[in-house]
Amino acid sequence: MTTKTRKSRSSTHGLTEIRWHGRGGQGAVTAAKMVAEVALGQNRYFQAFPEYGPERSGAPIVAFTRISDEPIQVYSGVENPHIVVVLDPSLLSIVDVTKGAPDDAVVLVNSDMPPADLRAHYKMKGHKLFTVAATKIATETIGRPIPNTPMVGALVRITGMFPIEDVVEFLRADFGKKFPPKVVEGNIKALTRSYEEVQAE
Amino acid sequence: MTTIDAKNVLDETTVAVTGNEAVAEAMRQIDPDVVCAYPITPQTEVVQLYAQMVADGKVESEFVTVESEHSAMSAVIGSAAGGARTMTATSSQGFALMWEVLYVAASYRLPIVMTTVNRALSGPINIHCDHSDTMGGRDAGWIQLYGENHQEAYDNCLQAVRIAEHTDIYLPTMHMYDGYVISGAIGPLKMLPDDRVKSFIGPYRPVNPLLDTKHPVTVGPFDGLHGFYFEHKVAQNRAMDRALGVIQDVADEYAELSGRQYGLLDAYRLDDADVAIVVVGSTAGTTRDVVDKLRAKGVKAGMVRVRVFRPFPHEAYAAALQHVKVVGVLDRADSFGAQGGPVFLEIRGALYDCDPRPQVLPFIYGLGGRDIFPDNIEQAFAVLQKAARSKKRASIERRYLNLRED
Repeated sequence: MTTKTRKSRSSTHGLTEIRWHGRGGQGAVTAAKMVAEVALGQNRYFQAFPEYGPERSGAPIVAFTRISDEPIQVYSGVENPHIVVVLDPSLLSIVDVTKGAPDDAVVLVNSDMPPADLRAHYKMKGHKLFTVAATKIATETIGRPIPNTPMVGALVRITGMFPIEDVVEFLRADFGKKFPPKVVEGNIKALTRSYEEVQAE
Repeated sequence: MTTIDAKNVLDETTVAVTGNEAVAEAMRQIDPDVVCAYPITPQTEVVQLYAQMVADGKVESEFVTVESEHSAMSAVIGSAAGGARTMTATSSQGFALMWEVLYVAASYRLPIVMTTVNRALSGPINIHCDHSDTMGGRDAGWIQLYGENHQEAYDNCLQAVRIAEHTDIYLPTMHMYDGYVISGAIGPLKMLPDDRVKSFIGPYRPVNPLLDTKHPVTVGPFDGLHGFYFEHKVAQNRAMDRALGVIQDVADEYAELSGRQYGLLDAYRLDDADVAIVVVGSTAGTTRDVVDKLRAKGVKAGMVRVRVFRPFPHEAYAAALQHVKVVGVLDRADSFGAQGGPVFLEIRGALYDCDPRPQVLPFIYGLGGRDIFPDNIEQAFAVLQKAARSKKRASIERRYLNLRED
């Protein structure tokens, strides 16, 4: 009794499923959680979890976010993500990041290349591809090459999931509890710059 | 029919936390006198967060760091026997290392509360979720409550204190939730205000504490060559029998406080069901979605989630399932060489006196964290439906869900 079906289960109960690919230390799990917490602020149901296991710095990792208008009680891994976010383009040559994603899925990659060039370079087929230079933006705004916050900014733009002002407000309140104002403002800049600079195909 | 929606409605008290954070917050609100614990994946976060709360002065607990889980349980026993409200937490190999002292805690009738974050037992070494650890400890004499999600992990932790300390019971109580699936995932939690938890928990009045030197007692002596060991064990089991009523009373009182009603078991769309699945832990949520999907197609499918496993409310299961034609039991642990997994054995036994007697079929899933998808649960229901249509009783060999067979 193995699972072989790969049919899309998109949009049942207004459910959005996001799969995050990154490397340990890039903040993919933090980003998955950040989106879940913003969803709570929007009075939407949420779930965020890493692919169960210990996180090792530099190793490929996967995390998931589910957002829904109704309570979420499914606890299996996300098989057919509507949105795939890739925090490290080097993963494209070693991980099948679009595995199980339906044809109309959105793929967002952290890359300096425009989407068409990235697609040609990695011979990517299908899906709606977007890119944003998240590591560069993070380095210039936060001062550290951690691409997670800028990737959230780009994600918010291409999906229209939340108003960007609400995400800014969340960062100010939530990061404000944990980090000095300079770091908070850097993250907000990273978020809003990516929101503006994300490129469509 | 189900209370899941009422439990899940978002409001201003909802926070986004991991399952472990939810339990650490419950422990903060309980603020026990003593916590003795040793960290182990996936329980670590509970102990780490609680140690931080102690260091930050958010709680008044004495936190005893120990060198192993055997020592953790031993220290907890000493503390509880001394008269302190005492808690601990563990998982997997840590639980296994506590083994011999688990029995001691129960036989001393110490109302210890332990969180066990379910994880597979070695070997091969595996850090992921299954229920082998606590299912293996089911005969140690502890009350066992299994939670489904973040909310219930928190709610059960609070209720466990009241159950364990009830003077009709006085048995150690463990509550569980799925490792990683719940422990490491972020989900919604509605927290009660600190003061309301405090009044629900109430002050602890230990019975016959060792440190009450004006009323000296002996705890844990040699039973003598022909002592009362047997009678002692019967007394433990009678306390277990009484616990069913107490667990429900505590749940009812908690419902008044929280608006969240729990029972001994959690039935879903069962009243007119022809086929039903019995399941423990987070997989119940996934199963409910499958039940809804099958119902939409006209299949009379239902589900029961196991909440209280020790004591096992066998009469409640017989009443809930007697009209069902075929029951599939999904076990996330196996009992090697037995007729089926631990929950299967209980359910099959509970339904023996029903007339007509439902068929009960064993399924094993999710060992070592193998994921369980809605498709797998649909496959299990398909087996039950086929058996329900057939004139012959189906084979009761184990069926494995999402097993790599080729």
